[in-house]
This record gives sequence, structure tokens and C-alpha cells, in this order.
Amino acid sequence: MILVVAEQRDGTVNRASWEAVAAAQVMAGVDATAGPIVVALPGAPGNALDAAMNDLSAARVAEVLAIESLALDVYTADGYVAAMQAAIDALSPTVVVFPHTYQARDFVPGLAARIDRSVVTDVTGVIVVDGHLAFVRPMFQGRLAATVVPEGPVPHLVTVQAGAFPTDTARGDAHVPAGHLAVTVDRSTIRQQPEPPFRDTRQAVDLSKAERIVAVGRGIREERHVALARDLAAALGAELGASRPVCDGGWVPMDCQIGSSGQTVAPRLYVALGISGAIQHLVGMKASGVVVAINKDADAPIFEVADYGIVADLFDVVPEIIKALES
Amino acid sequence: MKIAVCLKQVPARDWLPRLDDSRTALHDRDATWETNEPDAYALEEALRLKERYGGEVVACAAGPARVVQVLREALARGADRGIHVDDQRLAHADAFVTAAALADAVRGEDVDLVLTGLQSDDQGFAQTGVILAERLHRAHATIVMEIQVEDGRVRVKRELEGGWFQWVGMPLPAVLTVQSGINQLRYATLKGIMAAKKKEIRTVAVELAPSRQRVVGLAFPGKTRRTRMLVGAPRETARDLVRLLRDEARVLP
Repeated sequence: MILVVAEQRDGTVNRASWEAVAAAQVMAGVDATAGPIVVALPGAPGNALDAAMNDLSAARVAEVLAIESLALDVYTADGYVAAMQAAIDALSPTVVVFPHTYQARDFVPGLAARIDRSVVTDVTGVIVVDGHLAFVRPMFQGRLAATVVPEGPVPHLVTVQAGAFPTDTARGDAHVPAGHLAVTVDRSTIRQQPEPPFRDTRQAVDLSKAERIVAVGRGIREERHVALARDLAAALGAELGASRPVCDGGWVPMDCQIGSSGQTVAPRLYVALGISGAIQHLVGMKASGVVVAINKDADAPIFEVADYGIVADLFDVVPEIIKALES
Repeated sequence: MKIAVCLKQVPARDWLPRLDDSRTALHDRDATWETNEPDAYALEEALRLKERYGGEVVACAAGPARVVQVLREALARGADRGIHVDDQRLAHADAFVTAAALADAVRGEDVDLVLTGLQSDDQGFAQTGVILAERLHRAHATIVMEIQVEDGRVRVKRELEGGWFQWVGMPLPAVLTVQSGINQLRYATLKGIMAAKKKEIRTVAVELAPSRQRVVGLAFPGKTRRTRMLVGAPRETARDLVRLLRDEARVLP
């Protein structure tokens, strides 16, 4: 059995969960012995779980299953480790697939350590090596793709990178049977006390609706040079965005950050200035229409997703682009 | 407040990975090395907590002899002493093996808090801190952006996705994985570098845990788009680009 562990918030299953379903379908496709696919959704009994289960029952899989405990009313790492340990004990899957979300990153390695099983994180591809499932995952921030074989007894745990598996096949035509599995989670063993999620600042600019974006990365070197990127953005009629390190440095406001911990954007034109293209950045911009990359490093991964590339010092080229736009 | 910080030594950011002949490992003898960036933020946060609450900061690294360099740098920046888990096989170990080795090194230290980065820039497992917490039977939180300590508890601001955050409280001792950008890094001063020479780095050997994954192939990823590279002098490439964006891609206003 391939067990997919979905996530929901306020009754809606997130996109990353559907991608995990799609990844499981790929696994079942390359390894006929791996199936059937069961999708599990941990949560507390109630309207939100019911609504999400109804949504999930459109999945093209064998069964969907609510993993229920009152202690799962809010997410905690300890609660989810206990619940999933119980579910794995009850279901005996050979592979357990999670989306590589911040929530999964928070508890899945702990679950793997608790049950002493392998976990392969951030998976982008699935192949068979010597008759067993093996997984492709990035290393060096996407500069390399590693093929990894999990070791030790099953189940093997896998987390799936956002955007790596298209969800076209995830949903089927019919509703599949929905079941319930009650698990015991002792509240007194939950050490984390979470408070309600909040947004830190009101987002000044909704970059997700921008037609054109100039994004600036570490290659801008100093805060004072950000003005050059602003000038280019003005000349292009674009909004300014940035990669994480630039926002970390406080050179550009945090709410302009593009990537897995910031905004996901899909403008018609995306100009990446001095951005190397770490995977955390690429997941936030790879749906852009036309991508221009300007970077000194010809091997920067940003060129892998670029339509037009210029290997050069941005301080030489950008002023010339501004002049060319203005003439 | 006694704090352990786990630091990983990774190839420098501008190093170009090269595959060895087996195509399952990297030829990294020519690499230059540095402290994994999120771990550097974890160290800075530990130093700030020590300044606020008093105590001791112990820097820990697991790996071959070369990783002593990241411990020396940590001592120069203000850590009080270092622990080096010395084993050549830790150079390319998976997160299970590394976390088990670090847990063995930290276990006898009776620390209140273990800090490390949320993931490494080289292997990028994003597992070691969480497995370490499980190995030490301690509560944990990941992707931490702020840390408050009071009355035997810690309250941390976790980063969620899409600009959301959440405060989470838990009892000490605890293990936290720190997000880059949680603070502004300090640099080692000459005084710090001199003082570091007198600080202790203890070398420990541990029994390695069995590995839980094996790399059987490494490759440079395929391109997802056909990239047109524009070459020439800056003025020419700039003009070419503007022309192409206007006439071919039609994305200019």
C-alpha cells in the first residue's frame, strides 16, 4: 500500500497534497507491487475534516481515510507523530508520501526517527533501481539531482517537492470510498502549545497579480545597489521582488520576498538579477511566462528556467538595458 | 542557560560541484569550505541568548578533521568551547547518522537548548535537527524566527508558508531549527580570534548509526526551458534583450 498523507486547512485540501497524490500515482505506475493508493487525512472529527474528506474523495485512488483524534484539532509535531505512528501500525503501508510543506518538515523526520524508518525528503522524481522504488531529489540547492535508495525496513517515508508532480491525473471521475480510522493520541504527551497563526505585516504589494517583476538576489552585493534594480523595474513598468537573502539583509522589505517562504508569482515577464536560483526561490517563480536571467555565474541554476540568459556582471548590463528601454 | 549549537561545514557557495568517477559522490578535495548559512544564524542566536540570559554556548560539529575550522570560527565569534565528533565517514553521512552522532555528543552536556539551522546548503535534507530532538527525547520546533525564554519554557515564532507565522511554546530542554535571517550576523573580531586560541575543542568518537539512505547516482539536472543566451558587449546584449522582449516575447508595455 502507498499511503499518502494529505493536509487541509479550514476544510480545503492544499495543492501540495494533490501533488503528493500524483507522486503516489507515478510510484504505482513504475512499481506494480507498490499499490493500492490510500489517501489519509489527519484531523479532529468535525465539519472541516468532513469537507476536506469530501474534496479528497475525488482522488483517483483506492480509498480515502480520515485519521481521527480529538487531539489533532490543531497541528502539533508531537500529536502528528503519535497519530501517524498509530496509523502506520494499523495500515502497514510500504511507502508513505507527504507533501514537502513546512508542516511536514516539522514532524516527518521525527516520525521517521520514532519508528526508525528511512525518510527521503524533497523528492522530484521516482524511478526503479534493482526492483525497488528509488527517488530523485535535489542537492546543492538544485545544482545536482541525486538518485537515492532508501535503506532499512519498510515503510519508507517520502516528502514531495512543490511543483514537481503535475496534478492532472490526481482526480478521477468517481468518488472513492471514504473511511475513518480512530487513533489514540494522549494529549498529555503533546509538548508543543501552538498559538493561532497570524500574518506579520499587511502585504503592501500583491506580487501574485503583477504583470512584470524585476527580482533582485545576492548578486546585488550591497543595499545601495538595490536602487539600480528599482530603476530597471521603473523602466519596465515592473514591480520589485527579491530572493530570501536580500530580504534577510533588510535591503528589500520581507513582503517582497519571492519563493517558498514568500510569495508565489506568475508574471508575464520575470527578470532575475543576480539570483542564483536556489530551489526555494524557483518554486516561487517558475510558473512565470518569460524569464530573463542575468548572472555572473554561467552555472547558476536560474539559467535552467530562463528563456533569455545573459552571463555578465549585472552592474555592466543593467544600466545599458535601462538606456535601451528609454531610447 | 546552556546552549549547544550544531554546525555543519559545507562547500562554499561559489564552489562548482564536480562528480567523481563513480558518479555517486562528489570530487570535493578542491572545495573551499564554510559554515552552513542557517547554522551561522543559529550560532548568532545562541550568542544573543547567552548575552540576555547568561550561560554557556557549546559549538558542535560532526565530520572529518577539516570541520574543526567551523568550530574555530564559532569560538572566535564568541562560543565558549567546541565538541568535534571526529569520523571520516561523517563527511557524506545521511541525516540519521549525523543526528545520532550529534545526539551522542550532546547527551552528556545537560544543555537547556540545542539550536541548529533548518537545513544544509549542500545535502538539504532538512531532517537533522528534528531527528536530533527525537533522539534526545526533547520537544522541538522548526523554522524558528524568534526565541523567548522564561520560567523553564521557550516560546518561539515559527515561520509558516506564504507570509504566515505562529508562536509555539514548549518546555525546556528543547531543540530548535533556525531560519536564515532570524538576526544580523556578527563577524569575528581580532580579539575574538585571539581569545579563541585558548578555548577548548574536545574531540569525541562515537559509534555510527546505520545509514537510512544511499546515493546511487548524481547528475546535473536537465533544463526545463530552452534558454537563448545573449552574448557580446553589455550595450549590444542590452539592446538585443530589449528588442527580443519587445518583438519576440511581446512582454513590454
